[in-house]
Amino acid sequence: MTIDVKDMDYKTINERLRDETGGFELINCCGQRFIGAGMSNKKINIKGTPGNALGAYLNGAFITVDGNAQDAVGDTMNAGRITVHGNIGDAAGYAMRGGQIFVKGSAGYRAGIHMKAYREKSPQLIIGGSAGSFLGEYQAGGVILVLGLARGNRPIVSNFPCTGMHGGKMMLRCSPGEARLPEGLKVRSANDEDSAQLKKILLDYCEAFGYDINEVLDHDFTVIEPYTKDPYHQMYVEN
Amino acid sequence: MLPKEGDVRIPSGCAIAAVISKSGERMSGEDIIKAMVPMHERSNGLGGGFAGYGIYPEYKDHYALHMFFDSRDTRKSCEALLKEGFEIYKAERIPTRKMPAITDEPMIWRYFVSPLGSVLGDLQLDENEFVVRTVMKINTTLKGAYVFSSGKNMGTFKAVGYPEDIGAYYMLDEYAGYSWTAHGRYPTNTPGWWGGAHPFTLLDRSVVHNGEISSYDANRRFIEMFGYSCTLQTDTEVITYIMDYLLRIQGLTLGEAASVVAAPFWSTIENKADPYEKEKHRYLRMTFPSLLVTGPFSIILGFDGGLMALNDRLKLRSMVVGEKNDRVYIASEEAAIRMIEPDAENIWAPAGGEPVIVRVKEGAEI
Repeated sequence: MTIDVKDMDYKTINERLRDETGGFELINCCGQRFIGAGMSNKKINIKGTPGNALGAYLNGAFITVDGNAQDAVGDTMNAGRITVHGNIGDAAGYAMRGGQIFVKGSAGYRAGIHMKAYREKSPQLIIGGSAGSFLGEYQAGGVILVLGLARGNRPIVSNFPCTGMHGGKMMLRCSPGEARLPEGLKVRSANDEDSAQLKKILLDYCEAFGYDINEVLDHDFTVIEPYTKDPYHQMYVEN
Repeated sequence: MLPKEGDVRIPSGCAIAAVISKSGERMSGEDIIKAMVPMHERSNGLGGGFAGYGIYPEYKDHYALHMFFDSRDTRKSCEALLKEGFEIYKAERIPTRKMPAITDEPMIWRYFVSPLGSVLGDLQLDENEFVVRTVMKINTTLKGAYVFSSGKNMGTFKAVGYPEDIGAYYMLDEYAGYSWTAHGRYPTNTPGWWGGAHPFTLLDRSVVHNGEISSYDANRRFIEMFGYSCTLQTDTEVITYIMDYLLRIQGLTLGEAASVVAAPFWSTIENKADPYEKEKHRYLRMTFPSLLVTGPFSIILGFDGGLMALNDRLKLRSMVVGEKNDRVYIASEEAAIRMIEPDAENIWAPAGGEPVIVRVKEGAEI
């Protein structure tokens, strides 16, 4: 079903989405917040620019954005997938604990801040371009992957990634020396097990954006993990 | 009765937007009002405002003083004070459109003035400095009078309300400027007052600000040593004076001023590859440590002939930039840009502390 959301407020949009079932195409979207918040069992395709907190608390729905998305995409999401064909703003995937966020372009600051995992749930945030500063700040679980494709002359990840990281895994499509990382983290090249995991999680991503998975995989990957037993060793006090 | 602004401290979250024509083409205020519509939820109806540049071409050699008065008597005594130092070319009420959304209006006047040559000669001051001193004098000593705009060929328009209503109230569709900035305010525990709305202006420089700076008092104590008076306790006022001090008094470039207020971390400076850059940042941080502005902010500084957008170094507020033909757009949200230019190109988010400076092309008539 196609809904023209021009001049429609976010409350009305979400009521329409909740009241009907099936697939939706929202056209002329411009800045409405909270689209699809908390929803499951729906497919929502958005044309235009959705507002902040797109798919917050998402619980199984699939959202696709044709262009860019703004701040706090997938805030605290639990399940489902958000696919963004452009760039995303700051704080994408804030505290998400399940589901997937696929971004073709680049992410702003604080992507994946405080991502976590819970029992069988482990979220994935995949960024095609580059990531801004504070990527994966306080990461507690899940996987953050940055591919660095089509990023111009920007570094694959900007300043202070992984600050306060104490769980989960970050993978960057670059050699270990390329990104400036804080002390106190395990940094290594991808091993066979990592490669198998990469292949698995990149399958859907490459399909969504029409990339050849073998070309994407044919590159050095850096894997970053915290010392989960003592993640803040000497960060604040000597312990 | 609620205390007036200035009696209490006001934290705020907000929306900002701006548009500039690089060829100096004049645009009505209609578009910038429209840009604020998708960001409605970023404001709470307790303040908003606009600054337009190039809007008074017929008086472009005179300072345009925009003023709020609480009574006719205040206005009379303010006019007497102005006449001591200025020639007043025109004095008039700023035209407004009565509407239910805007209430408790003060008297809103504008004066096109030039400082008297004899007074400048006696005081040995240049005209900008004399205007600044007069603005400070009125705002601190003349109770019930407030100068909220004091530049040449530009003006700010602000009130308590939502920005869309304020734009209509001031009839900005009837003005034409080559650059516009806008602000929607979300003061969280405040008696929002007309004077406390953004933009804050001194001479031709205006600031709209989204954020809440935590260095306010440190910055205020420093800047007040140089004759500035922070009368309203709002962080944006102090940013406006810092910019005036760095740019007009110290003669820094816009880029250098940005490096002072949003200085990189020492660790980031140490990692700079270019030795000149490294030394420059070291010098600026060591020379102006009290003007480092910490806490979240995204600001747009308007000035004669251009705009500068800047985020705090940690980028705790959002800001995007886009372009189309000769226009450059800046806003808290991309949706604001798309609202007025659906086909905007090169949408990007500047990094924290990375200034975006846009100027009208040299030679363009503004």
